[in-house]
Amino acid sequence: MEFGLSEEQNLLARSVNGFLDNESSLDKVRGFAADGGDVWKGLCELGVAALLIDESAGGLGLSMLDAAIVAEALGSHTAPAPFISTAVMLPLALKLAGGDHDALLAGLASGATTAAAALAQATGARNGSGVTSTNTSLSGNTLYSLDFDTDVYLVADSNRRLFLVESDAAGLRRQNLATIDRTRSSGELKFDNTPAKLLSEDPAVLQGVLNAGRVMLAADTLGAAQNMLDQAVEYARQREQFNRPIASFQAVKHMCAEMAAGLEPCRAMVWYAAHVLDTQPEEATMTAAHTKAHVSEVGKFIAKTATEVHGGMGFTDLVGLHYWFKRIGFNRQLLGGPEGLREEAARAQNLVS
Amino acid sequence: MDLSYGPEYERFRQETREFIASHKDQAPRGAGMKSPELLNWQKLLIENGYTARTIPKEYGGYGAEPDILVSRIIAEEFASAQVNSGLGGQGISMLVPTLLEVGTEEQKKQFIAPTLRGEMIWCQGYSEPGAGSDLASLRTAAVLDGDEWVVNGQKIWTSTAQHADWIFCLVRTEPDAPKHKGISFLLFRMDTPGIEIRPLVDMTGVANFNEVFFTDVRVPKHQIVGERGQGWLVANAILGHERDSLGNPNITLSRLNSLIELMQSETSGGERLIDNPVYRDRLMQIQGRVMAMQCNDLRVLSARVNNDQDARLARMIVKLQGTELRHDLEGLAIDAMGEMGLAYDDNPYLRDHGSWQSQYMFYLGLIIGGGTSQIQKNIISERGLDMPREPKVEKAS
Repeated sequence: MEFGLSEEQNLLARSVNGFLDNESSLDKVRGFAADGGDVWKGLCELGVAALLIDESAGGLGLSMLDAAIVAEALGSHTAPAPFISTAVMLPLALKLAGGDHDALLAGLASGATTAAAALAQATGARNGSGVTSTNTSLSGNTLYSLDFDTDVYLVADSNRRLFLVESDAAGLRRQNLATIDRTRSSGELKFDNTPAKLLSEDPAVLQGVLNAGRVMLAADTLGAAQNMLDQAVEYARQREQFNRPIASFQAVKHMCAEMAAGLEPCRAMVWYAAHVLDTQPEEATMTAAHTKAHVSEVGKFIAKTATEVHGGMGFTDLVGLHYWFKRIGFNRQLLGGPEGLREEAARAQNLVS
Repeated sequence: MDLSYGPEYERFRQETREFIASHKDQAPRGAGMKSPELLNWQKLLIENGYTARTIPKEYGGYGAEPDILVSRIIAEEFASAQVNSGLGGQGISMLVPTLLEVGTEEQKKQFIAPTLRGEMIWCQGYSEPGAGSDLASLRTAAVLDGDEWVVNGQKIWTSTAQHADWIFCLVRTEPDAPKHKGISFLLFRMDTPGIEIRPLVDMTGVANFNEVFFTDVRVPKHQIVGERGQGWLVANAILGHERDSLGNPNITLSRLNSLIELMQSETSGGERLIDNPVYRDRLMQIQGRVMAMQCNDLRVLSARVNNDQDARLARMIVKLQGTELRHDLEGLAIDAMGEMGLAYDDNPYLRDHGSWQSQYMFYLGLIIGGGTSQIQKNIISERGLDMPREPKVEKAS
């Protein structure tokens, strides 16, 4: 019985975190937020893009838990990179759908090809958006893709069918949608009889992809929230008022203890949910939904509380805490918010009549 | 990540299941302390290694090597079969481990075996009216007079005092020493002259606790555990044992399943409670929290088996999170049932023997008892997050 990370997984975490400490420092994140750009190329050199792809297709054949470790590191550094869509959701969709995707997989594994996931039609279409389809084309629009300016799009239509659309497909119009989180990109795709490749009509494929994306977003929030907590504790130890560090006031200590008490179980929950994605597909929908919902709730509490521990400085751009605050906010809404996810968890247990 | 226990352990699980299946009709249900039924069952469990498993044979235990997964399997199987898993109580869960660590050979021989057999019932004399969270400020005094300690003072929150044969008790023996260094750990009989017990009825309507008063209670000098003045160290080893047992997520899980059944069978305005989306969402919030604590528990368990894993903080938060979660879970049942959730005592519409209300209140007691949530937060922030202690306040004189 071993519930935890292996030596190799700890090594992976150290290597990705080490890279991001340099390449996604707060100063660099400020630059990305102002001018665009991301850390994807460097991450690909570490093999991150090939993580989940089978060895036979040029990948590393690692597990969802390994992917969650990377997602956590990205969240911890508020690092911009299309990791979840490109390295997790699309490779998984191709695997679950079956068929020959070797050329695309090779491009994904090398980092040459990037992908975005436009699945909002399956998780609650907003603003009257809708995507109709034939077996070879899409029409309509879908909002708030996860990642945006990429080579290929994984799109769900309004009937939960999954398609692939190339960025240069005829009739595809793309509109960037600014969100609070400038370390992420998101956008609207408009289709007009746009050529698309039907990847799968099996709802289980879409569900599997959503489950994995949700666990990865939860892992990203875990990393971001842990970083905010660490910053809050450190700030409280340094900051003095009334001739003593504010960390010695119980009012402040208890805020930090509450954050730690909420977050510590989230770590085990994310590990477990990632493990379940690989090992117990029949449990994955409920586990992934609960994990993203719960971690999002704890993340929201920490985003607020860690900011409060910093007092007025927490509210400023100087400290930069808001990058993590916004990252957690973004993760909470994408691929389903907590209320919708909990309803999905209930449905997965046949608790909804 | 490997969540299986492995074939050897699964064999043990199978054996345990078979034992339970073939003996469960002998298991006591709600039998009183020291009833023959209970004592015979306890004897059978010890002989077969299902309780007192790692206590040495010479002291009346089964004498097996400690194995966390074996203990876990036993707990899981007896819980899922809903069969009595042997005696608990503060004597077995707290005093026995302490005596094993710091007791004299004579004390181990005298006390452990009858305690394990259920023939010697103990209560714990720690808290006092003026010494709760600040336990080390306790004032019950013991003064040596010839070959006897003479004890005077008062204890509170003493559960099972009315049934106990003996008490393990913290007393101040060195009034001039710093507060943590002036305490000793005494053992004495509850029928010693000068002991008065007053039941303390709590908000559930039951006397789960007592107040115990000592007036010139004479205790033989040798009935001390550890050295004179070292009682605080002895007591702290025990508190660790108590905290581990509060907030167990596997018990919470079985309670959650009862809550789901309740919400599927009870109705409001003809609609099943689970069909109300607001109650259902609250249920799912609780389920998510239970799931998180179960995962946390797996991590803590794993770190006890694998020495290279660190789950110190994960373990530190269990009492705080577990008791608050359980209180919220019981409270949801009451809210979902509405007026029906208020039923108590002999109300003919009582559901599940009134357990939702009594557990709701009882868990508020556990949020406070065994180290309050606020003390837990001090521990988490100081020992877990390395934040400084609050500066000491000089006593105003």
